Amino acid sequence: MSAQPHRLPSGGRIDRDTVLRLTVDGQELTGHPGDTVASAMLAAGRLDVAPSIYRGRPRGIVAAGVEEPNALLEVLGRCSESMLPATTVSLVDGLAVRTLSGLGRLDPTGDEAVYDKKFAHTDVLVVGAGPAGLAAAWAAARSGARVILLDEQSEPGGSLLSCREETVNGSPALDWVREVVAELESAPEATVLSRTTAFGSYDDNYVVAVQHRTDHLGHPAPEGMSRRRVWHIRAARVVIATGAHERPLVFAGNDRPGVLLASAVRGYLNRYAVAPCSRAVVSTTNDSAYDTVTDLVAAGVEVAAVIDARPTLSPRAAEVAGTGVRVVPGSAVVETTGASRVDGVLVGALDEDGLLGGDVEADVETIACDLLAVSGGWSPVVHLHSQRQGRLRWDEVLAAFVPEGTVRGQRVAGSARGTFDLGGCLEEGTEAGVAAAVAAGFPIEAEAPVGRAATGEYGPVRQLWLVPGRRGEPADWHEHFVDLQRDQTVADVWRATGAGLRGIEHVKRHTSIGTAHDQGRTSAVNAIGVLAAALGGTPGEIGTTSYRAPYTPVSFAALAGRERGDLFDPERTTPIHPWHVAHGARFEIVGQWLRPRYFPRDGEDIDAAVARESRAARRGVAMMDASTLGKIEVCGADAGEFLDRVYTNAHRRLPVGSARYGVMCKPDGMILDDGVNLRLDENRFLLTTTTGGAAGVLDWLEEWLQTEWPELDVYCTSVTEQWTTIAVVGPKSRQVVARVAPDLDVSAEAFPFMTFRETTLASGVPARICRISFSGELAYEINVSGWYGLAVWEQLYAAGADLDITPYGTETMHVLRAEKGYPIVGQDTDGTVTPQDAGMDWVVSKRKDFIGNRSYTRADTARADRRHLIGLLPVDRVTRLPEGTQIIAPDTPVTPERGPVPMLGHVTSSYHSEALGRPFALALVAGGRDRIGETLIAQVGDSPVEVLVAGPVLYDPEGNRRDG
Amino acid sequence: MLLLDCPWCGPRDETEYHYGGQAHVRYPQVPADLTDQEWAEYLFFRDNPEGPFAERWVHSTGCRRWFNVMRDTTSYRVLAVYRPTDPRPEGSR
Repeated sequence: MSAQPHRLPSGGRIDRDTVLRLTVDGQELTGHPGDTVASAMLAAGRLDVAPSIYRGRPRGIVAAGVEEPNALLEVLGRCSESMLPATTVSLVDGLAVRTLSGLGRLDPTGDEAVYDKKFAHTDVLVVGAGPAGLAAAWAAARSGARVILLDEQSEPGGSLLSCREETVNGSPALDWVREVVAELESAPEATVLSRTTAFGSYDDNYVVAVQHRTDHLGHPAPEGMSRRRVWHIRAARVVIATGAHERPLVFAGNDRPGVLLASAVRGYLNRYAVAPCSRAVVSTTNDSAYDTVTDLVAAGVEVAAVIDARPTLSPRAAEVAGTGVRVVPGSAVVETTGASRVDGVLVGALDEDGLLGGDVEADVETIACDLLAVSGGWSPVVHLHSQRQGRLRWDEVLAAFVPEGTVRGQRVAGSARGTFDLGGCLEEGTEAGVAAAVAAGFPIEAEAPVGRAATGEYGPVRQLWLVPGRRGEPADWHEHFVDLQRDQTVADVWRATGAGLRGIEHVKRHTSIGTAHDQGRTSAVNAIGVLAAALGGTPGEIGTTSYRAPYTPVSFAALAGRERGDLFDPERTTPIHPWHVAHGARFEIVGQWLRPRYFPRDGEDIDAAVARESRAARRGVAMMDASTLGKIEVCGADAGEFLDRVYTNAHRRLPVGSARYGVMCKPDGMILDDGVNLRLDENRFLLTTTTGGAAGVLDWLEEWLQTEWPELDVYCTSVTEQWTTIAVVGPKSRQVVARVAPDLDVSAEAFPFMTFRETTLASGVPARICRISFSGELAYEINVSGWYGLAVWEQLYAAGADLDITPYGTETMHVLRAEKGYPIVGQDTDGTVTPQDAGMDWVVSKRKDFIGNRSYTRADTARADRRHLIGLLPVDRVTRLPEGTQIIAPDTPVTPERGPVPMLGHVTSSYHSEALGRPFALALVAGGRDRIGETLIAQVGDSPVEVLVAGPVLYDPEGNRRDG
Repeated sequence: MLLLDCPWCGPRDETEYHYGGQAHVRYPQVPADLTDQEWAEYLFFRDNPEGPFAERWVHSTGCRRWFNVMRDTTSYRVLAVYRPTDPRPEGSR
């Protein structure tokens, strides 16, 4: 026996000269280029796939395209990929796959393939390269407009790839396809992308598509070529020509392997030259299946009978019946038989209401067959139209939801619009292409190609949503499958309606119909029909569920593109960064900046390192890279006035050469940011912001200047990266600064706190040195041009070597500032904290107005029980409270029985203090300043920890250490 | 993704912009003169119409300038784009 017993001797779009090897569930098969895994399986006579997900029922291949509900694969390899329909995976030599029971597994192996994205602008985007889409792209491209044509299949042609006798302009249809594609490919402004699925349609004609670029090439793919590419396309006009999907029929045992969509059978016969059976029965509600019938006959397959639900023969049905095929009108397949595959069908007559009349047992005829081809009508693929809130209308004649009206800048053409005949698709496509080109500014006229098919007009359709079972009631019909992937049946729909559910959205969620990998491509409209049958009424009255992107699954790797690993997020480093790396710093990410968190010496953990760094800062001298602080120069005649309006405290009369701590608030009075500001000269200030807040503060300042106070003469410039800032901290910092800046009088008298001086360092580097402290110790901040940042850092490190100058990171900085009760905006505040709440009433001017001032007389901000920032000291002197720990009153029950626990506040910062010799925390606690001295409970997991409420300044509250 | 027409730079993707909420809500000249009710309305209350809506946008990754857009909140259609100093077009709220 040949390895491909079901391969027809001729025909098909396959390369018979090349044999490819394939392994399915360990079984070795062969196929040819042009095959999918599904067509190769069928050629080998293999129909079955893994059993169904919940009920473990045998399942087989049903479809030939993306609508396949059963045949899901895991493609094995170094990094396997799951949940790929076998009907869409192109065969390559050596492919190994495993069929899945509707559930895949993400391979934890790192995927080393390259993924990328591309942005494109076009005049006309056409989605779908079937007859309508090809005609549209062809017409539009003739105008000279930029045209992009996308198609999900391995080659253009759409439904024509599966045709046999259809012609266009008198020639075989595929000749026309070849000509049109050649014309498009030679047009300078046209792009044709196969294996590219438009999966999302967004506002203003922004369409996102994924292109599969290498999997079909075989292994290995070309070096450096991306495996998949996500296209972001902005189009002036969009033509949606996405075709239609055939619906199966709902009857007992409709999930048995061997029940295939009639159009899929046609595709296997003509496109892949595979006859998946030797004796077929066809069950239909419409004319389209008759093309399958004639093609089966032409391929030498016996057609035992055509079971047509319509009571009288349509012209097309009569024509086929006239060739000698047995057509049984007014009937339906009511059951299938067979163990692991269909070996026969039971046919019963339907009355006007779609019920089985007469004596069911006596009137049922059994017909032997090894395949049942079904057609329950067609559902236009309206996803892209509907994703844009395009409306749908139920067409009672076509038995389909079709687009109603158009989305602005878009057209729907061909069977996606419910035009199911070839001639109509070509005409509509041409018209849509012309209209799109004209609307995009490229006037053109075009004569539509003339299409001919055996089925001319699409004849009447009988709506047959539910073929009755021979026994019992719908609630018992557990083998009438509506959704094969979810194993959901008519009985499940009845259970949902029995529970009182009426809307399709609710029934969908109750039953899970339409929620699987295939997103209801074959099941959604049938579910609506079954629901209509359950409730009475028409599918139009039930309506559809919402359509959301993506149309087909898209791998996260493709969406991520190159933005993974090191390229996931921009990484900002200071000029001193190489030194930090060389000295073993451990880093943390702060608003995209990589900041040293601590500098461990041999064998130190973070606690030991921080304790050592803290001791150096409090007793000797330490240094920190503070370059990441946001810096904004504010210039102009009105700079002072502007800052007075923006900051809670006054800046206008700040002397040149002085610095001032400022807090800015939103109009609601809540803290937005803080920092120390310098007055460089009369019309020039330098603001500093928090590291993470720099961009937002600049935006904030510009917003007020542009939208509220354009009359002010003020300009803001970000200078964060122009300056390197080095904090030199500790009682011995004066000595170190004096050594590197010999021209500067560093005495406390000549250079007082909150002033700055311009000087030139011994190395010749110009520097601006500030006396600012974020630790309470004597401290300097040395600002130099970023170009000299690393050099000056090294000069300071060398100058302090004999004093054991100690580099420290953000962790020690946090401990030092928290010991002094200095809040970190965004850590100790959260957008609900006023300066007064944070214990900084002193920074709020009573003499001028500013943004937020009015809010401090609102009833809410005047409440006495607002949460105040205070210090907490765990009574056991051991427990370091996790940040976020909830604070409650003593004796508050924490049990499920007593219900919600009243919270007084939460821990915002928590550290071990080397200076205090104990752990401590900052917390926001209701009425906290009135509770100083009280003991509260910090609930750490199941353990209540007693904490003493203290003022926020726990170290050197008198400020004696500031001047050294 | 919206395509917004910056008055200074031309049409750009929505991701280049930041949204600034309802337009034509001026910061009160003298906030102290407002009652608590009036101040609360300035702080917390904004229109949420179905249909044309005048709103602020800033071209954050472009010219960094603010402008106003009249947009239909149902269809997301941009009905007008105008500079902050321009008057509100007819028909918007």
